Amino acid sequence: MRNLGSLEQPKPVGPLKVGDAKAMRDAYGETLVALGAKDKNVVVLDADLSGSTKTGLFAKKFPDRFFNFGIAEQNMLGAATGLALSGKTVFASTFAMFATTRALDQFRNALAFSKANVKVVVTHAGLMTGPDGASHQSLEDLAVARTLPNLTVIAPADAVETSQVIELAARERGPFYVRLVREKTPLLYDEKYRFKLGKASVLQDGRDLMVFAIGPMVAEALKARGLLKAQGFDIGVVNTASIKPFDAQTVVKYAKRDGFLFTVEDHSVLGGLGSVVCEVLAREQPAYVYRHGTHDLFGESGESKPLYKKYELDAEGIALHVKKALTYKQKVLRR
Amino acid sequence: MSETRVQLIERLKKIAHRMRVHILNMTYWANSGHPGGSMSATDIVATLYFHQMKHDPQNPKWADRDRFVLSKGHCTPVLYAALAEAGYIPVEELKTFRQVNSRLQGHPNLLKCPGVEASTGTLGQGLSMAVGMALAAKLDQKPWRVYCMLGDGESQEGQIWEAAMSAAHYKLDNLVAILDWNKFQIDGAVENVMNIMPMLDKFKAFGWNVAEIDGHDYNQILDVLEKAESSGQRPFFIQANTSKGKGVSFTQDKGDYHGRALTKEEMQRAMTELGEKFG
Ligand SMILES: Cc1ncc(C[n+]2csc(CCOP(=O)(O)OP(=O)(O)O)c2C)c(N)n1
Repeated sequence: MRNLGSLEQPKPVGPLKVGDAKAMRDAYGETLVALGAKDKNVVVLDADLSGSTKTGLFAKKFPDRFFNFGIAEQNMLGAATGLALSGKTVFASTFAMFATTRALDQFRNALAFSKANVKVVVTHAGLMTGPDGASHQSLEDLAVARTLPNLTVIAPADAVETSQVIELAARERGPFYVRLVREKTPLLYDEKYRFKLGKASVLQDGRDLMVFAIGPMVAEALKARGLLKAQGFDIGVVNTASIKPFDAQTVVKYAKRDGFLFTVEDHSVLGGLGSVVCEVLAREQPAYVYRHGTHDLFGESGESKPLYKKYELDAEGIALHVKKALTYKQKVLRR
Repeated sequence: MSETRVQLIERLKKIAHRMRVHILNMTYWANSGHPGGSMSATDIVATLYFHQMKHDPQNPKWADRDRFVLSKGHCTPVLYAALAEAGYIPVEELKTFRQVNSRLQGHPNLLKCPGVEASTGTLGQGLSMAVGMALAAKLDQKPWRVYCMLGDGESQEGQIWEAAMSAAHYKLDNLVAILDWNKFQIDGAVENVMNIMPMLDKFKAFGWNVAEIDGHDYNQILDVLEKAESSGQRPFFIQANTSKGKGVSFTQDKGDYHGRALTKEEMQRAMTELGEKFG
């Protein structure tokens, strides 16, 4: 991790508008500070990454309620469980990789099993993590997290949604996993937006194909929609931030209408959004699903832009795959 | 004609100087990476690769080579600098560090880069892999040895202590763990984030032979590595007192350059100090 960014509260630059760029993790840090001021019961833990995860903003404001566990993620999640079992509302942060795969047993057998009131909020998920490479690019964490009973799993699409998810997590009892990414991403929503647990947000309807996207892929899919429009295609975009609980209804509705859906995620197609959609459809409304994401591979170093280009996860790449999907759709649905 | 101690140290110092220049350049070109913890480890890594370890850059997979495991995997710049100086990879290739399709990944990848012995990056895992290698050498009754470099922040991971316990249990006197005690991790001074001291007492209690050295004093590095060769049924732990960012006046003894490259102006100053050309 590089250029940790400053821990100064960002200067108010006037209200941001839809389309402006803001990092989800900045929204996380700011929301934590607001929550900390409102509720003395909120405590925050980190594992030597407070500059990157932005829990450092809370640490500066409320040093007594911030605990740095050092580079010891397993101990952090164990201690988070203990704090929660003793009445605290706990936020625990590190990179996605270290919360899920590194500390999985503690996550499962202490935290989730106890239904502990711990909000595990991770940053640096996916290939977007960039030059640190494979060891830091979590492509399996959604798959891992969503199989843990008692756990609510959410991957917001922008900074506005992130703030709302964090506020909701603080309000609701029980364990949460919230997946954030490293880079700034465009705002998709304004303050009128209301995130609803278990509900997808349909940003655009489309005649040719519905694209179900998650995290930073939602913004890329919207851009792809623009590119495709110019080429005569009309695609819709749905933000499926709430992975668990999942909005089966919306997926079923479009599967019934179109018989063919498209999913995209900066995550492995094994066990992530693509899998969730297929599981729902297999049960309720069999349909074709074109799953775009990473295919059974480890990531690699590179700045996020060229990486997204290589793995065809930028708008151009998504547009390319949508066209492939449409060709395939024609073929299979005509039979 | 064999090299005298004075000549040896002169040679190592020259290599270490070039390695520090590579480290600064590599991270500057990539505009990311970890110069601070690479520069603190440079003198020890140089001594390992260019004196202590038996290895063959022409034959990276030579079965009887000594192994070096960089447990603090983020410090790839020091590893790649050594591999380039030794001839495992061309110096020119350092320009590709952290770029898409490069063999020189941000964290070591043994499947991609010749000379890399262990894929690390998630802290706390290298010492366990080193234990496995040392066990294999024992099983095969081979004389090769394993050197493992640990970070001080990294030593907060519980797995380090599981590995320490197992190394002593299996009497791995062919294993040397070297702590790069540069006093800083990401969130600040190790002492403030999560104290790890006293490490010598801890490793001793876990059944290791222990020693403390100045990690930038070549006489001490050479002596302790020689001493560790006959460790009598115990693994050997070296606490190397180092300075993060060692080698450039304004990066030294600071946490600031843990995970960021120098700016253009800083590079100009650093290279002038080192008597090297920039750009
Ligand atoms: C398990 C794990 N948690 C967190 C990180 C992120 N990280 C990378 S470097 C670092 C600090 C390392 O400090 P130290 O071991 O002292 O290294 P040095 O100062 O020698 O560079 C952290 C927390 C990681 N790589 N692995």
